[in-house]
Amino acid sequence: MSRPDKFIINGKRLDGRLPDQLRPIKIEVGVLRRADGSCYIEMGKNKVVAAVYGPREAFPRHIQDPSKVVVRYRYNMAPFSVEERKRPGPDRRSIEISKVSKEAFEAIIMKELFPRSVVDIFVEVLQADAGSRTACINAASVALVDAGIPMKGMLTSVAVAKVDGVLVLDPMKEEDNFGEADMPFAFLIRGGKIESIALLQMDGRMTRAEIKVALNLAKKGAMEIYNLQREAIMKQFVEEGEENA
Amino acid sequence: MPEDILVDIKKDYVLSKLRDGERIDGRKFEEFRRVEVKTGVIEKAEGSALVRLGNTQVVVGIKMQPGEPFPDTPDKGIIIVNAELVPLASPTFEPGPPDETSIELARVVDRGIRESEAVDLSRLCIEAGKSVWIVFVDIHALDDDGNLLDASAIASIAALMSTKVPASRFGLGEDFDLPVNDFPVSVTSLIVGNRFLVDPSRDELSVGNTTLTVTVDRNDSIVAMQKSGDYLLSENLLDQIIDASISASKKMREEVLKQISKA
Repeated sequence: MSRPDKFIINGKRLDGRLPDQLRPIKIEVGVLRRADGSCYIEMGKNKVVAAVYGPREAFPRHIQDPSKVVVRYRYNMAPFSVEERKRPGPDRRSIEISKVSKEAFEAIIMKELFPRSVVDIFVEVLQADAGSRTACINAASVALVDAGIPMKGMLTSVAVAKVDGVLVLDPMKEEDNFGEADMPFAFLIRGGKIESIALLQMDGRMTRAEIKVALNLAKKGAMEIYNLQREAIMKQFVEEGEENA
Repeated sequence: MPEDILVDIKKDYVLSKLRDGERIDGRKFEEFRRVEVKTGVIEKAEGSALVRLGNTQVVVGIKMQPGEPFPDTPDKGIIIVNAELVPLASPTFEPGPPDETSIELARVVDRGIRESEAVDLSRLCIEAGKSVWIVFVDIHALDDDGNLLDASAIASIAALMSTKVPASRFGLGEDFDLPVNDFPVSVTSLIVGNRFLVDPSRDELSVGNTTLTVTVDRNDSIVAMQKSGDYLLSENLLDQIIDASISASKKMREEVLKQISKA
């Protein structure tokens, strides 16, 4: 991939989107038989699957916490998910992503309800195209609802990038690789409203004022994703209800 | 366990002080601990720095060698940041491969240096596409009395500023100073409810590892941010922390530069 001369031509991005537009999103709930909850998401060319197991007994036993559930989160990329084959197993990047994502979910799961137990969240990136960590969080959030894990609300994630000095929502590969900044967010959404920030990272160069604009842009995108997450969950439960009737 | 009880007592103390609007060591909420920087402490290294931030101590050594460039940046040098939280530095650190905390630390320090373009990588090209300088920044924790991250970031940039590229050793002409153009400062705040404490000490961190790091370059641009820990952050608090980080970074940069230029 080489650096494009311009990222924004006549107000439009390389893939034809406006700066505040998301890539197409597809969400399916309950796609795995063995998991307690699962979800498949496509965000642009990202394809990710999330599975939730638990609450179940925590092993090894020394990780058990008598006051609350232990949350584990594993972000893993398939070797074929990127242009150049990725060596299987965790690397530094995926360990960091797993850590901050886990902490975001720890902040919204009602942990006190399941002492001595563990909730395992596994996300597999089958194809990556910038913003895979955000796609994974969105999938994991839906999978947790599918598994019936009590939470303070939904977690919805999206990134904002800066290219040609313009802030753009949900960056694609070129914007992510060659952009001037990248800022992934995850928000706690409760009662249809964004309540707080559960995940925040940034690298690149942004002014104080740009960060404010980026935050608002991310909030707009997150609400759109949240509505799709909700729609997919509702559809699943209506179908399950009909099967059981 | 006695250690657990101590942590609880410290936590109560920190919180009760906080209710009175004070920090346990009398610092202002937006104030760093005293910093002490010494460069050139390891003669075998191309550059080095020992930083004391309060009682937290970190040493950073820079080693350089020629190597192959990345295919997408054939004419640019490479920086690799690595952190070792060795068991000598804390009773809770264990030997073995780096865990998620040390990986996160190294990656956040790396982003500050990389994104501020502190090191002019284009001047570290030996032969485009074939050979460039690789800069290894190795962070070695000595004593963890809280906020190893900011101490490591200061030590890293100070060590880079004192680095001589060892060209003659590799038969590549005369040694020269590593070109460093910026001075990113990372500012880590501990979040407690709706308040924040810049540069938390280990005792303060007994309330939880809930932090936000904001790295600021010398033009007051934000070059890296990292929310770390199990908590929810309000927009309002984020705003306040960014403002406080910008001003705290300025003071810290001034102080460190003053100490380095004296040496």
